[in-house]
Amino acid sequence: MSQIVLTTTWFFPNVNWDNIWNATKETLYMTSVSLLLTFIFGIMLGLILFLTDRGNLWENKIIQGVTAAFVNVFRSIPFIILIVLLIPFTTFIVGSMFGPSAALPSLVIGAAPFYARMVQIALREIDKGVIEASKSMGASNMQIIFKVLLPESMPALISAITVTAIALVGFTAMAGVIGAGGLGDLAFRHGFQRSNNEVTFVATVVVLLIVFIMQIIGDRLTNILDKR
Amino acid sequence: MISLSKLVKTFQTRDGQVTAVDHIDLKIDKGEIFGVIGYSGAGKSTLIRLLNMLETPSSGDVVVAGKNMNKLKKKELREARQEIGMIFQHFNLLWSRTVRENIAFPLEIKGVPKEERMKKVDELIRLVGLDGRGESYPSQLSGGQKQRVGIARALANNPKVLLCDEATSALDPKTTDSILDLLVDINEKLGLTIVLITHEMHVIRKICHRVAVMENGTIVEQGNVLDVFRRPQQEMTKEFVKQVTEPEETKEAIKHLFEQDGISHVLQLTFVGGEAEKPLITNLIRSFNITVNIMQGKISQTQNGSYGSLFISVDGELSEIERAIEFIHKQKVEVEVIHSESNRLNHDLVLS
Ligand SMILES: Nc1ncnc2c1ncn2[C@@H]1O[C@H](COP(=O)(O)OP(=O)(O)O)[C@@H](O)[C@H]1O
Ligand SMILES: [Mg+2]
Repeated sequence: MSQIVLTTTWFFPNVNWDNIWNATKETLYMTSVSLLLTFIFGIMLGLILFLTDRGNLWENKIIQGVTAAFVNVFRSIPFIILIVLLIPFTTFIVGSMFGPSAALPSLVIGAAPFYARMVQIALREIDKGVIEASKSMGASNMQIIFKVLLPESMPALISAITVTAIALVGFTAMAGVIGAGGLGDLAFRHGFQRSNNEVTFVATVVVLLIVFIMQIIGDRLTNILDKR
Repeated sequence: MISLSKLVKTFQTRDGQVTAVDHIDLKIDKGEIFGVIGYSGAGKSTLIRLLNMLETPSSGDVVVAGKNMNKLKKKELREARQEIGMIFQHFNLLWSRTVRENIAFPLEIKGVPKEERMKKVDELIRLVGLDGRGESYPSQLSGGQKQRVGIARALANNPKVLLCDEATSALDPKTTDSILDLLVDINEKLGLTIVLITHEMHVIRKICHRVAVMENGTIVEQGNVLDVFRRPQQEMTKEFVKQVTEPEETKEAIKHLFEQDGISHVLQLTFVGGEAEKPLITNLIRSFNITVNIMQGKISQTQNGSYGSLFISVDGELSEIERAIEFIHKQKVEVEVIHSESNRLNHDLVLS
């Protein structure tokens, strides 16, 4: 590590590589934990949106309406405002409103509705005939969800979670503004407020790298899963 | 095996009520292949979907294998459905599963242990002739192969009844025939009751024992396939029967052709039942001093014998031809003089 620091400082003498490394770890932590939670909650919300829709397994106007309203509201609030809005909620859940963990509730609440809509669209793409065939074989609703709906839409779900993951990286950067840490925070406090352009530049490159890698992994997975 | 009484299904649509199935009474016996034919919108799909409660009836009763389907509780219905296989026009396979996994799907639903599942899947793959394709995905199969997977999947839980909703309508004629052969094979091997709906008379002709003709949600005519072919009552039935029996050219066109060529006598033979056409022609030539030329014809094999018509031209002494006609009559083949130089022969026809 110190070897790398020595050789690379030659390019960016004003960059503290330990700070970069720590910020990267924080960004990766915030993104991966919130991504996992978004995946779970988003699929649950998406399933509810889909299943309670007209002509579906759990057709229910009220639940459909309430869920759709919730999703639309939280999807429409700009993330930076959402963070501020959720400060009381965050302090209640996490016990503090600083540090990477404090960003998680806002990240999940910001991203899950966004992902849920894409889940709903993916589920709608499933051929109705396949669901019907499963029913004709005597499948229960749970069997239809876990053996048909989720496996059949998996490539679309993965491709949508890739898009969401990239959006989440952006959200983590914004969360930096309220002191969540991570690359966004670093770029803001060290790069912008102290006018250290080198830090801003390096932080940008690292963010881009993270996004590219996620895109590649997502595309690969989608391709492997898609047997159509 | 299946009994429907006063079955009604109405749909509420924006344009008002649609009665898709209108007071249908129907009995289907164990081990028979029963066909329902009708044009698009007649209510065939709704009818077949009522058999496994994919549609719930507005009124009336559906009894399948001794179970009153419309009175079952949720769990009971799921179990009853496992005894009724269904195949579809667009196959409805899970594309994310291999052929083997697709066929295993209904077994998983039923909770059959893995080892037993694998054994059953192997058996079914062999039965439907898909050896060596088990690890393929549906997207790698042809339409006919996909339907074979559909059939194997439908048979996995040893059902008593197989429902086929336009199962061959998305397939080319040759593939259609191979799938129909497979269905007959299964019907004979497993003693399975098959209900199939179609808009193609060819399908009815080839494999059904009995047929019902459906129009506007009602059954307008039903009976033995051969009887319906022989004596269609309704205009619509006649149209369907024509699909498989009428030669490409009409009687009139043929008549015209024969008059031009100066051919003396033309007979139309109509086969209804077991008599094969070949021995008859051979016997005619051997037994009578006449020449026979086959002009045109279309003979179809049905599950209860051959059916169709043959146009032949005959030449020879008038008395010899009359004797030949009488002989044909005795073979239980209907004969009609389409064209004759002699009035006597035409007159004879009226008498016979
Ligand atoms: N789910 C539905 N909602 C409203 N109308 C329907 C529905 N399913 C079928 N119908 C109507 O019922 C009639 C019969 O349809 P269907 O059973 O599909 O006929 P077929 O299979 O003979 O073509 C049609 O007029 C169709 O529009
Ligand atoms: Mg139909």
